Amino acid sequence: MAKKSAKDRMSNEINAGSMADIAFLLLIFFLVTTTIVEDKGVLVRLPPWSEEPPEVLKFKTRNVYSILVNANNDLLVRGEPTRLEDLKEGVMEFIMNPNRREDYAESSVDAIVSLKNDRGTKYETYLAVYNEVTAAYNTLNDREAQRRFGKDYDNLTIEQKKQVRELIPKKLSEAEPSNFGEE
Amino acid sequence: MSKFSKKNKAKPEISTASLPDIIFMLLFFFMVVTVLRDASLKVNVTTPQATELDKLEKKSLVNYLYIGTPTEENQAAAGTKPRLQLGDKFATTADIPLFLENHRIKVDERQRGLITSSLRIDKDVTMGIVTDVKTALRKAGQFKVNYSAKPKQS
Repeated sequence: MAKKSAKDRMSNEINAGSMADIAFLLLIFFLVTTTIVEDKGVLVRLPPWSEEPPEVLKFKTRNVYSILVNANNDLLVRGEPTRLEDLKEGVMEFIMNPNRREDYAESSVDAIVSLKNDRGTKYETYLAVYNEVTAAYNTLNDREAQRRFGKDYDNLTIEQKKQVRELIPKKLSEAEPSNFGEE
Repeated sequence: MSKFSKKNKAKPEISTASLPDIIFMLLFFFMVVTVLRDASLKVNVTTPQATELDKLEKKSLVNYLYIGTPTEENQAAAGTKPRLQLGDKFATTADIPLFLENHRIKVDERQRGLITSSLRIDKDVTMGIVTDVKTALRKAGQFKVNYSAKPKQS
């Protein structure tokens, strides 16, 4: 009896042939219930809400770059109809003002980009405009980082990033949208 | 010669012992790169394209707000106008504070400042409802917002 059970134990192996099937089942379950991560987007910091109307701040006209988007998704930049493709270049030139123009920003610290849209503006257009302005700031940050530290902005230390940001602060103001075109 | 070929025929089996390990590796790969689908979408959302994208890092610190036109099977109940979806049901902007609070209490106290709201908005929606949602988020004290977008092919 004892001999027999010892022999049994010797030849007892767990059959691992079905392990693959079990793992396959799990795999298929995960494939079905999950989505591949595609979570990317434009990161924005909203301003805090206050019940009181914001105090009226006076800025010199030359320091404000106003972008209006109407319900037909047309752009009006400083009173001139503009194409979306030209927006980034325009914003960059306005902020840095390389030719010392009288009607562009006094310095990059003073430059303010003001964005106003209508409630009927398509979200796609709004985000495209926002994206172009962000792109302009990012390009300027990168350029400044290259000039000062010889590295891209993303590779700088926190202290260095702060220095670049102080020189080119992202001042993007969003006005309450008008309401002409909402269906 | 004949003996040689006979011996070859006797053991033609490929070892399948490592097969489970390979499959497990695949399984772990998929578990790592994917997230659980938490809500079934009741609105059509095709996010727009953009170039200046930031990645959302920690899934546990992100809550999702969907805005879009209701899908066909939901149009009878919800209409065809763009709607807001929180979790897995339709909502109005008045429901946003509670939704945010429900997410906030699940997050570790030290990390609550890092909570990001991911706005997954259909590109054809007009800004009216988006503005209302943004205002509600500001009133609720949720300032970190991510406009979900696809990378632009260029």
